[in-house]
Amino acid sequence: MTVLDDALAFLTDPASWTGSGGMLQLLGQQLLLTVLALLLALVLGLPLALWLGHLGRGGFLAINVAGVGRAVPTFALLALFVAADPWDVTGGLFPGTATAGPLGRAGVSTLVALALFALPPIITNAYTAVREVPAEVRESATGLGMSGAQLFWRCELPLALPLVAGGVRLALVQIWATATIAALVAGPGLGRVITDGFYRTLYGQGIAGAAVVAVVALVLELLAALGQRLVSPAHLRA
Amino acid sequence: MTLLATADAGTTCYSRLTNDWLCWQYVSDYRTEITDATLQHLAITLVSVLAALALSFPLALLARRVPRLETAILGVATGLYTIPSVALLPLLVPFTGLSPVTVVIGLALYALTVLVRAFLDGLRSVPADVTESATGLGYGRGRLLLAVELPLAVPVVMAGLRVATVSTVALTTVGSLVAYGGLGNLIADGVTSDFRAELLTASVLCVVIAVLLDVVLVLLQRLLTPWTRTAAA
Repeated sequence: MTVLDDALAFLTDPASWTGSGGMLQLLGQQLLLTVLALLLALVLGLPLALWLGHLGRGGFLAINVAGVGRAVPTFALLALFVAADPWDVTGGLFPGTATAGPLGRAGVSTLVALALFALPPIITNAYTAVREVPAEVRESATGLGMSGAQLFWRCELPLALPLVAGGVRLALVQIWATATIAALVAGPGLGRVITDGFYRTLYGQGIAGAAVVAVVALVLELLAALGQRLVSPAHLRA
Repeated sequence: MTLLATADAGTTCYSRLTNDWLCWQYVSDYRTEITDATLQHLAITLVSVLAALALSFPLALLARRVPRLETAILGVATGLYTIPSVALLPLLVPFTGLSPVTVVIGLALYALTVLVRAFLDGLRSVPADVTESATGLGYGRGRLLLAVELPLAVPVVMAGLRVATVSTVALTTVGSLVAYGGLGNLIADGVTSDFRAELLTASVLCVVIAVLLDVVLVLLQRLLTPWTRTAAA
């Protein structure tokens, strides 16, 4: 297959990796984008979901927010952010919002869109995780005289952590894969290699870009699985 | 420029100079274009989900019968999810060209990964004593599956179907890469030409379609599982 030969040639050519707009630079951009979006989503979603889970209330809200979130196309969200350009509120006071910065304007839009996209799996998993702590554990803890805060930090959180980590792991891989959408609005990341190859009918290059994205996704998945194992209490490990 | 401005200002709320986000004038002037895009969006979504549904049931049965295949099928499904849609569609183009088939295959593959899992979980959720009772009553394998296991699996399968459908509605927009993205085409055009009314109208319609299909599926589930209603009441 000539297309696969082209892809291999593109991957083995050092010129396609190095320099400005090379794959290493784009890979770095996309990793930065992924990590920042995940952190943003964690800061926004995790405390709220864990707290609601601890209270045992607002489950309807948590699940439905997640459902609606899934219905909003990331591409549409991204397109709206790019067109509205709401990041320029400071009038160019902060570099990186009005001007390029490490991610560029389309990059900031992608970052926010990805963070919102990552909220549903994080919120649903964290909420369910705390809710699924067995009632007798809760009762024993209260019987031992633990306060609400102690119950949460010493019982609920450690027991919920594996499932919470599962949600974060899912979010991480989905953010990474979806970050390629930035290319549709001329944003940063490896999506550019793919769309560029596609628009210029260099299918080999497109396949090479897709392969790199998939390989990194698998590496991230493995790392996240390892992390999930580390935070799981010994007796819960599979 | 001033001439253009005076001629243009006030005529429409979607003109280059006004460029309003909300503009009913746009909706009525571009009605046919919007309707066509919406119908294309619906058609692509429905065909993809139905194809995935038709394929996932036999695959789930196969996976259930052969445990070794189950690991393989679920592994491939997980792997598939790590391939971004932006990459999958261009990957299919050398084989299927710039056609709706490309989009449908891609979307059906994503929906398939959710649905196979849903069927497996659903069939597994049927209590063992129920299947044992049915076997004791003389139900054969086929009848057991169709008359006992499948109806009882409906709640779990429907949950998966809802996730798959809503995600597919959203993902269809990416089909604009190969010019068959339904409302995604309007969104892509809205970005490149900075056409705010088009962008917002198409985005809102996407969400509306997703919510409507979700409501239809919830109603369908109520129809298919009449016994859950008496339990809830």
